[in-house]
Amino acid sequence: MTAPAQGEEPEKPQQDSSEEVPRTVSGRERRIALRVNWRTKFAEHTFKYAMLACSLAVLAVMVLIFVQLVLHSKLSLQQFGFKFFTGSTWDPVSGDFGAWPFIFGTLLSSLVALVIAVPLAVGVAVFVTEMCPRPLRGFISFMVELLAAIPSVIYGLWAIFILAPLLRQYVEPWLGKYFGWTGLFTGPAYGIGMLAAGVILAIMIIPIISSITREVMQVVPQQQREGVLALGATRWEMIRMGVLRNARAGIFGAVILGLGRAIGETMAVTMVIGNRPAVAKSLFAPGYTMASVIANEFSEATDDLYLSALVEIGLALLIVTVIVNACARLLVWSITRGTPSRSYV
Amino acid sequence: MFSAKGVLGLRRRFTNHLFTAAAAMASLLVLAPLFAIFGYLLYKGLGSVNWAFLTHTPKPIGETGGGMANAIVGSGLILAIASAIGIPLGIGAGIYLSEYGKSRYAQVVRFTADVLNGVPSIVMGIAVYALVVIPQGHFSAFSGGVALGIMMIPTIARTTEEMLAMVPNVIREAALGLGIPQWRTTLSITLRTATSGVITGVMLAFARIAGETAPLLFTAFGNQYWSLKPNQPTAALPLQIYVYAISPFDEWHRQAWAGALVLIAIIVGAVSIVRVIAARHRVSHSA
Amino acid sequence: MGVGIEVRDLNAWFGKAQVLQDIQMNVEPNHVTAVIGPSGCGKSTFVRCLNRMHETIAGARVQGKVQVGDIDVYGSGTAAVDVRRRIGMVFQKPNPFPTMSIYDNVAAGLKLNGYRNRKGLDVIVERSLRMAALWGEVKDVVKKKSGASLSGGQQQRLCIARALAVEPEVLLMDEPASALDPISTGKIEELIFQLKEQYTVVIVTHNMQQAARVADYTGFFLMGKLIEFDKTQKIFTTPSDKRTEDYITGRFG
Repeated sequence: MTAPAQGEEPEKPQQDSSEEVPRTVSGRERRIALRVNWRTKFAEHTFKYAMLACSLAVLAVMVLIFVQLVLHSKLSLQQFGFKFFTGSTWDPVSGDFGAWPFIFGTLLSSLVALVIAVPLAVGVAVFVTEMCPRPLRGFISFMVELLAAIPSVIYGLWAIFILAPLLRQYVEPWLGKYFGWTGLFTGPAYGIGMLAAGVILAIMIIPIISSITREVMQVVPQQQREGVLALGATRWEMIRMGVLRNARAGIFGAVILGLGRAIGETMAVTMVIGNRPAVAKSLFAPGYTMASVIANEFSEATDDLYLSALVEIGLALLIVTVIVNACARLLVWSITRGTPSRSYV
Repeated sequence: MFSAKGVLGLRRRFTNHLFTAAAAMASLLVLAPLFAIFGYLLYKGLGSVNWAFLTHTPKPIGETGGGMANAIVGSGLILAIASAIGIPLGIGAGIYLSEYGKSRYAQVVRFTADVLNGVPSIVMGIAVYALVVIPQGHFSAFSGGVALGIMMIPTIARTTEEMLAMVPNVIREAALGLGIPQWRTTLSITLRTATSGVITGVMLAFARIAGETAPLLFTAFGNQYWSLKPNQPTAALPLQIYVYAISPFDEWHRQAWAGALVLIAIIVGAVSIVRVIAARHRVSHSA
Repeated sequence: MGVGIEVRDLNAWFGKAQVLQDIQMNVEPNHVTAVIGPSGCGKSTFVRCLNRMHETIAGARVQGKVQVGDIDVYGSGTAAVDVRRRIGMVFQKPNPFPTMSIYDNVAAGLKLNGYRNRKGLDVIVERSLRMAALWGEVKDVVKKKSGASLSGGQQQRLCIARALAVEPEVLLMDEPASALDPISTGKIEELIFQLKEQYTVVIVTHNMQQAARVADYTGFFLMGKLIEFDKTQKIFTTPSDKRTEDYITGRFG
């Protein structure tokens, strides 16, 4: 049955190979039989539904987290209502719980982090995409990625033993001397405190802000750049008018994404913020964040109301980060058209 | 007129240089802490990483010596459980999104995955505490693995989706044209073609959860002794680093640095493998 | 041996746009049939309807009857995977599986359909590569080199070998030489000529000289309709339809 191709081939064709060749399709199958339709359809459907189930897991996880947190914070929700978020007393002994100091601490530390991180992160992104010599480009972006790979607890370790003493001995006295009049930098310099938390958070959120900024800047079409350059603009003017202006919605999204990270960051902050539930204006003073109080007190909380209050803080954290992330993703998606972010930091 | 133009040009040129310098400066400032952290890790950690550290369990407070062997092994156990949960579910979800994901439902899954990626890990810890630890009645390696495992899902799902989407459609057609069923085509042809990219996503997710501490605080909980039972409280490297770092003992501080060095070695190892694979991937595509 | 193809009242759609209209055609076994026509006339869709590849595109739909030998292609009990196994296809752009060796590329169709006999695979892979006139060039590297490392013409012959390995009865070729250089094209044409001893071959081409060189029968498609179907010689010398003549003589887009 085989008649191998003849022609340019040097070897002899194997004329007799047909006898050794096991048939791949049995004669019977060839005669009647096509596999029954439902069998192949069954396999297709089984596979598809298995994959569908995996994708459902993503939704299920989200729903389960939300439901569990609501269920376990019910006690506190009923007892305190909205007052929970405005009250300033946190007294497990008398069972009086108000989360305001933690909310304040989370907001302030994240704000400090953003103020430090945004200019630096955008600066790096601009430098890497528009200015830096090509060979350096890969190196710098690799380094920034590496910054994202360092675990929170190691940032915390470094901050306790290196950053905090540095702040206490040099930075805080200097800030107090020259900027004390603003009221933000007053009081004794502990090192440990709101400022340390803000600085370490800033270092931690720079990678995500800068890599997403880079991504949205790369989406800006080349013609936009050339158009501005053709008007006789300098490179900086081209970046400002041709690139940053076109990418600003995406950059804003990147910043919000960074904010989401800062709000939820736990370990490093817990290690350097001082963990005192007080509302202080000075950045030198110790504070407390929502995530930190959960980390510190959750496994010690023995009575139900205490535990429930901590879970409610977790619930608030969840809702805020979901809203923040949803907004940020939509902003970034609107620029990059829904392709998943290349930076998984 | 001429001089006015000249002045303007000078100012614009100055601004240009100023911002170029500022951007370069920003890059330096961002990289400085990186070098500082790695420098201190090596400086403080190298002296304390020794054979005893890698093979012994912790000594009671006040005694010197001892190590983190149980925490390293515990981390391995927890990460294995996490991978067993997170990798199949993540890849499966990614396959669904890429191969069947044209519906509105798929768009919702994509969005949820991205949002889930931003949910603080400590919140995951609470949820798993409520879901697993309370019903079980005690802390366990298993609950820690569940917490880390579900954190892997969104990252793996999204990278897998992206990598599968990059496989050209003609490859799928070739397989279907041979009479290979679609599900086999997806598993043995499309997924195989995208293997290196999918591995990249898995390793990134792995590197990210390997250093996670917050979700383990009240799931795996930690343990000063040997424990290889998945249903017992279990030590983990990041947890041990945390406990030692905030303790008041110099000996423990020393060990915290050593543990941090081991942890970062594991993570940088994972990330570098990713880099190598990704580089090879790109070459094979352009070739 | 090849089998004949009988097409009755075939209609096909992409979404709401109808791309094929009431096609009737009888393809002779063990002959080469060419399908020609201007781009967008539905000639590719037509061959993709013969082995149910058309339906793999979202929104695509088919109606009508296609009988290939004993296979009722659109019969209610017929599985698409079986149809595609017995009606092989070679695509416009060479598409070897990039991460597989040459050997695995050829063996893929059998392996993934559950064929496990190793010795049998060795024999079939060699035979298929010989039939595709590629064996001599790659026999030392079949398990070492990846399919993607071959040249374009070699890749296309690899794709032909891959299609032959599953022992189809009909071979569909969708512009198999359009992405290749003239020398590779020549080799493919020579191959087609030899393949018809064992297979029924249907080839889509936008190149009329190619159709004239390789095909015994030729069908001319225009705007989703089969205008004329006859012996190749007749089509190219004395076509009976004015539109065919216009197209052949180049008076027509």
